[in-house]
Amino acid sequence: METTTLRPPRHRVSRTAIWYWTTRAAIGWLVLIVIQSVFILTRSDALTLRVSILVATVVLALAHLAVMPRWRYQVHRWETTPEAVYTQSGWFKQEWRIAPISRIQTVDSARGPIEQLFKLANVTVTTASAAGPLRISGLDRETAGRLVDELTATAQATTGDAT
Amino acid sequence: MTELLVTDWRRLSPRMLLIHPVQEVVRAAPALLGLLIAGTSSGGHGPLWSIAGVGVTVLLGTLRYFTTTYRITPEHVQVRKGLLQRKVLTVPRDRVRTVDVTSNVLHRVLGLARVEVGTGRSDRKGGGDLKLDALGAPEAARLRVELLHRQAAGAGVRETAGVRETAGLQETAEAPATRADPAETELAALRPAWIRFGPFTLSGLITLGVIAGFASRLASEGDVDLREVGPVRQMLGWFGSLSLPMEIAAAVIAVAVFVAIASTFGYILSFWGFRLTRHSSGTLHVNRGLLTTRATTIEERRLRGVEVSEPLLLRAVGGGRLIAVATGLRVGQGAQRGGSMLLPPAPRAEAESVAVRVLGGNGTDSPVTAPLTEHGPAARRRRFTRALGVNALVIVVCLPLWKWADLPSWTWITALAALPATALMAADRYRSLGHTLVPGYLVTRWGSLVRRRVALERDGIIGWNVERSFFQRRTGLVTLTATTAAGRQGYRVQDVTLAEGLRLASAASPGLLDPFLSDEDHPSRPYHDDTAISPSLG
Repeated sequence: METTTLRPPRHRVSRTAIWYWTTRAAIGWLVLIVIQSVFILTRSDALTLRVSILVATVVLALAHLAVMPRWRYQVHRWETTPEAVYTQSGWFKQEWRIAPISRIQTVDSARGPIEQLFKLANVTVTTASAAGPLRISGLDRETAGRLVDELTATAQATTGDAT
Repeated sequence: MTELLVTDWRRLSPRMLLIHPVQEVVRAAPALLGLLIAGTSSGGHGPLWSIAGVGVTVLLGTLRYFTTTYRITPEHVQVRKGLLQRKVLTVPRDRVRTVDVTSNVLHRVLGLARVEVGTGRSDRKGGGDLKLDALGAPEAARLRVELLHRQAAGAGVRETAGVRETAGLQETAEAPATRADPAETELAALRPAWIRFGPFTLSGLITLGVIAGFASRLASEGDVDLREVGPVRQMLGWFGSLSLPMEIAAAVIAVAVFVAIASTFGYILSFWGFRLTRHSSGTLHVNRGLLTTRATTIEERRLRGVEVSEPLLLRAVGGGRLIAVATGLRVGQGAQRGGSMLLPPAPRAEAESVAVRVLGGNGTDSPVTAPLTEHGPAARRRRFTRALGVNALVIVVCLPLWKWADLPSWTWITALAALPATALMAADRYRSLGHTLVPGYLVTRWGSLVRRRVALERDGIIGWNVERSFFQRRTGLVTLTATTAAGRQGYRVQDVTLAEGLRLASAASPGLLDPFLSDEDHPSRPYHDDTAISPSLG
């Protein structure tokens, strides 16, 4: 019996993305930990409960930072063909998205502050559907630039209002 | 037709100068009423501020008449507005997808109508829509015809309309009914017997909320102690004399009766005179409303499918609604507000036959009645584990907290008591799941509290999302989403096996998925085969 599956897209994202995801997640955890620490320092009741929650947070944070970015790197992949854009993303919950080039409406590339730190960029491909933007994060700048140019050129070649 | 082309800037109807003050006063009624009852002697400046606020809004509303102008050129619809910040909104006429004409009681008394021009920019909230509040009713009707019926108006207009309009004409000509009739064909009209579904729509809950809000504003702004009002005090006195179970029963019955009556009134108010017609130029018209009348026009070439939706109560009495899935018509937060209602709550068979008439196929393999493929035992297990799992988690968390941290006992008792209901709902949610492909349409059904069956035109499907959580991986299931520019923007086929999901997607969008598929010759190694999808995860 044959089982049909989706093969992974061809290209991986930049390896630096691991550090980008780590930093981004670490900032969130840090905020949480700082808030809890301030609470512990300013108020003295139920100290054991507070400290144990803080310890639990730290453990959870470390586990998340150790697992998530690497796992994500294994999953995040992308590919374009003359007909379609194909992405794979997520880690615990994974998602594949396929959109035909002929239905592309915009191709955006953005660089957030943390992404700039690691010389990375993300590319978002939107269609007329609000449910279907394809987002490729953690690309190095050159690849992102090339991808945007390529997609814009092919998308322009097609006509119609893409709805 | 050409004399309808408005090329100079025009104002809204001057009769709006009469409506604005009244509207603002009605909106501020609770505060004013409070003021009247409490008088000025009770002190506090709250009511005075309200009055001042009303004055300012009346003034601004009046100014709006002087600052708003509109015009229609052969290519665009433009609205100029704004007092301090002047704005010009421009919509290309070939992007006009819906035209909504609404008149509330005040508008009707003065012969006015509000026109709302919808564009397809459904991805941006509130953006891109033009509102003209308000024009004279004949002017509004003309505008509607002018904006949507350009392709039917004969050779002269068709020349300017260009290639795309001609394509639209051909599309709509596929439906045989449009050819035979010169102008309008009636597809459905309200039958008084349908009002029996009114009590089951629960729209009365909103009325209850509004009244509660009104009462609380009256109490706070007007400084009125509602308990001092005679009838209310008597009621409370009688209520207080009952035992607890009786109190609960009395409250439940009172609310149920009230909601049922209010819902029925709501049904009559919104759907009285409901008529769904098809115009030969390729548009669907919905007219409805007892006091506030509303006429919505949907271009059929923007129609991407239909949704038969059955809220639980309505389903219990065999009713259903029909909702249009069209680009430029947002679905959600009360379909009647979105203007996409094609049939109010009515017998389900009626909703199905109207769907057939709207989609224009034959009744035999219609997307709304075709049998659905079940999603299988794994999907059923997942419904139950999810529903019962959440409940069990609540109990597991609440029990120790109750034992050691003084959590009231009703928390875990409620969770425990809810178990059978949760199980029933899980079973029902599984029963709802189903999908199929019929010629031209993808059909998917889901939901229990509101069961929805959507027929989505295959041409309207833009792309595909395949989603899989960690737990779905273990059971070999995925959630497939067909993305579209219409309606909810994406329609999910929940918990389907990966192979079946991919088969469905590649059959619905031929060729799109092919380069990304791989056929595995090794069956039944579900978990380790995942290496094919994400190589280093195995």
